[in-house]
Amino acid sequence: MQRIGVFVCHCGSNIAATVDVKKVVEIVKNEPGVVHAEDYQYMCSEAGQALIAKAIAEKNLTGIVVCSCSPRMHEATFRKAAERAGLNPYMVEIANIREHCSWIHKNIEEATEKAVILARAAIAKVNLNAPLKAGESRVTKRALVIGGGIAGIQTALDIADAGYEVDIVEKTPSIGGRMSQLDKTFPTLDCSACILTPKMVEAAAHEKITIYTYSEVEKVSGFVGDFTVDIRKKARSVDMDKCTGCGVCQEKCPSKKTPSEFNRGLGNRSAIYTPFAQAIPNVPVIDRDACLKFKTGKCGVCAKVCQAGAIDYEQKDEIVTEKYGAIVVATGFDTIKLDNYDEYAYNQSKDVITSLELERVMNAAGPTKGHLERLSDGKHPKEIVFIQCVGSRCSDDRGKPYCSKICCMYTAKHAMLIRDKYPDVNVTVFYIDVRTPGKNFDEFYRRAVEDYGVNYIKGQVGKVAPQPDGSLLVQGVDLLDNKQILKKADMVVLATAIEPDPSVRKIATMLTASIDTNNFLTESHAKLRPVESPTAGVFLSGVCQGPKDIPETVAQAGAAAVKAIGLLAKDKLLTNPCTAKPDELLCNGCSACANVCPYGAITYEVKLINDHGIREERRVAQVNNALCQGCGACTVTCPSGAMDLQGFSNRQIIAEVDAICR
Amino acid sequence: MKYSYFPGCTLKTTGKELDRTARLAALALGFELEEIENWQCCGGVYPLGSDEIATKLSSVRALNSAKEKGQDLVTLCSACHHVIKRVNDDMKNVDDIRTRANNYMKLDEPYAGETEVLHFLEVLRDRVGFDTLKAKVTNPLKGRKIGAYYGCLLLRPGKIMAFDNPENPTIIEDFIRALGAEPVVYPYRNECCGGYISLNEKDMAKSMCRRIKDSAEGFGAEMLITACPLCEYNLNKAEGGIPVRYFTELLCEALGITEEGMAL
Repeated sequence: MQRIGVFVCHCGSNIAATVDVKKVVEIVKNEPGVVHAEDYQYMCSEAGQALIAKAIAEKNLTGIVVCSCSPRMHEATFRKAAERAGLNPYMVEIANIREHCSWIHKNIEEATEKAVILARAAIAKVNLNAPLKAGESRVTKRALVIGGGIAGIQTALDIADAGYEVDIVEKTPSIGGRMSQLDKTFPTLDCSACILTPKMVEAAAHEKITIYTYSEVEKVSGFVGDFTVDIRKKARSVDMDKCTGCGVCQEKCPSKKTPSEFNRGLGNRSAIYTPFAQAIPNVPVIDRDACLKFKTGKCGVCAKVCQAGAIDYEQKDEIVTEKYGAIVVATGFDTIKLDNYDEYAYNQSKDVITSLELERVMNAAGPTKGHLERLSDGKHPKEIVFIQCVGSRCSDDRGKPYCSKICCMYTAKHAMLIRDKYPDVNVTVFYIDVRTPGKNFDEFYRRAVEDYGVNYIKGQVGKVAPQPDGSLLVQGVDLLDNKQILKKADMVVLATAIEPDPSVRKIATMLTASIDTNNFLTESHAKLRPVESPTAGVFLSGVCQGPKDIPETVAQAGAAAVKAIGLLAKDKLLTNPCTAKPDELLCNGCSACANVCPYGAITYEVKLINDHGIREERRVAQVNNALCQGCGACTVTCPSGAMDLQGFSNRQIIAEVDAICR
Repeated sequence: MKYSYFPGCTLKTTGKELDRTARLAALALGFELEEIENWQCCGGVYPLGSDEIATKLSSVRALNSAKEKGQDLVTLCSACHHVIKRVNDDMKNVDDIRTRANNYMKLDEPYAGETEVLHFLEVLRDRVGFDTLKAKVTNPLKGRKIGAYYGCLLLRPGKIMAFDNPENPTIIEDFIRALGAEPVVYPYRNECCGGYISLNEKDMAKSMCRRIKDSAEGFGAEMLITACPLCEYNLNKAEGGIPVRYFTELLCEALGITEEGMAL
């Protein structure tokens, strides 16, 4: 028989205001096995933990139940406290009477009754708990960073500077990401390339960093500290070692009609291309869908002009398999498609562009060489209208429910830069709210209004109508003046919502990392573990976790790196001892468990079994404890009840259910 | 093929031409519009009050009549189509309205949105098919530049009307193409003509219609076609500019239905 202590936490008034904690103590005292029960204001505090230690020592407790918050919050805290007091940490159970009880109920009587029931269930389970010992697994001292934008580059640099090997996998032909497409950055207006390209060079030159561009993660197996990853290096059709980056192939390529991804389709590129002049690596790829050699078999101009003999039409995709201790996701974002927003005439008029397209137009290396001009006729615009929140903060399913966070600031930047360079151009911004929290952000916005005379109008735009004369008539509302506004414009710029890069879904599935309804990766705790995925060993960097500007992205990238370094610095990790264990006498070798195991942890072995005196050879299931994650899928699948999860055995679960239904 | 047909009041008065030409074209295309007996005015405006039941009953009667005949219900007037389609959606999806409307109706079998409501244009697109229509055109309207005017009632609310993309519709342009003419796309084709505001704020309705007509004309349209008698009325009241006709008038012309034929 166990000697159980029950500790009921007030959590200040979080629990005690709705649950009569004294009454809970009085009732659970009479539960079988309970020899001690008490309550305290903050059980997780040092004093609270001391109470637990004291009771363990004085009452010789063999198991404890803490009635408090979610185990996700403090299970580890109380397990450590128990361990320090000499108890096996797996003899600790949490009854969640906060999230599951006090926070969701109003009636004190009902909440108290439920708290008692939850405590009873935990007590019933502890009665059947047995001490468990965590195993150990080794840590591969190498990190994988998925995505080579500013987030991925910064994370990789920070990990590498700490002395660990890092691989960056980037799906496009160059690292650099969205930031490489930007012209200037807020709030300091420094040129994006000037602050990004040195970091790109640093990453490329770093002895601890290996960059796989034009590559994608194909398969992930293993677990924290010991991931095995297949990386598909897509056939570049150019030999990375031979190419000198001279660029002649791109000049001579006769297929030049493919819309440039880097310029957001505003200009064309050749079939053999580097996305931009400062690309890293400075080695082109052949887009086989556009290349005449691949399409028709005729051409081969690039091979003829290449002095280095680097062109290799026969090159094939290559799979690289590598082991990693930690994985950082930094897959970034794209702007949403505007098919649901035809009222803004984006698909109807070349002079309606997204803000990211405007970045390319403003950029000296962009399709207009940095001259502000209408894309329809190349004319200098006199009136520009910016429309905020296109697809952001959307209450129906046309767009996104969230604020994209960066648009208010980059629109103020665009407006200011245009007014500065072209004082003859009038700039109007339609907005719902102007949101500028951040260091020197509101000052920046006010400069746009007060010093640069940008005309901000609070109100939404209902229609952008192309006119027969080529101009655009913007129909909006001024909410402060309660007037409809018809404004003739030469260009309209849409602050288009951002969304996680579509590739993230596939990657999240491979990593078993959770994503939310908007495809942003979920952090382990919104406040306390913001850069860690709930999946151990997976960390989050940049916009893949939520909308962010560059300063925030770089900060988070560093935080993700620190978390990864903290993991890589360990030689061994304690493994979760709550793994599946087969009862070989009951196992009939049907393979049902192996078929459902998502981790490939179950194999079969033919063994000599002594079944109550009958000795025979049987095929029985075996669990690899290093691979098993304790998900329990096998235990519910096993038709003969042979599979059990240590720490969550069928008997323990049934005892909990019985206690609840009693 | 027979369809139950709800003409609506306007098609019996100022919009007779829409009714007459639609029936003739239907016959030429091999389907028949069977007018519902004792139909009543749809109300003209969809009642937005969630507790408003009485004004929905006319639509429910028409819908149930079609259901009893096992026919789809075809409309022509945009306003009637709008009201009936939305009431049908209510009967299908809003428990409270369905229960209360059926309590009034006392039908043998309660009505629960079973009837499919089709606008005449949808019949052309989805049942006849624009390719078939094109094949039946004997008098293609070659060289004619025609602007489609949708108005608001056919398109919105987009999810319930499920007619076309409300911000960038194409069905009437496809129809114009099937007749052999050239559609002129202009941005105000889905903007409001003013609707009933023309009763007490004539100038406002006129300025709204002016903008629509000027925009279409600016992009090269020689004529506008519409499915809505109220739009037709408002647009033509804004004097000058290009003519506005019912889409069915052009349909008859393209199908070679002559004035004599029409007289039958």
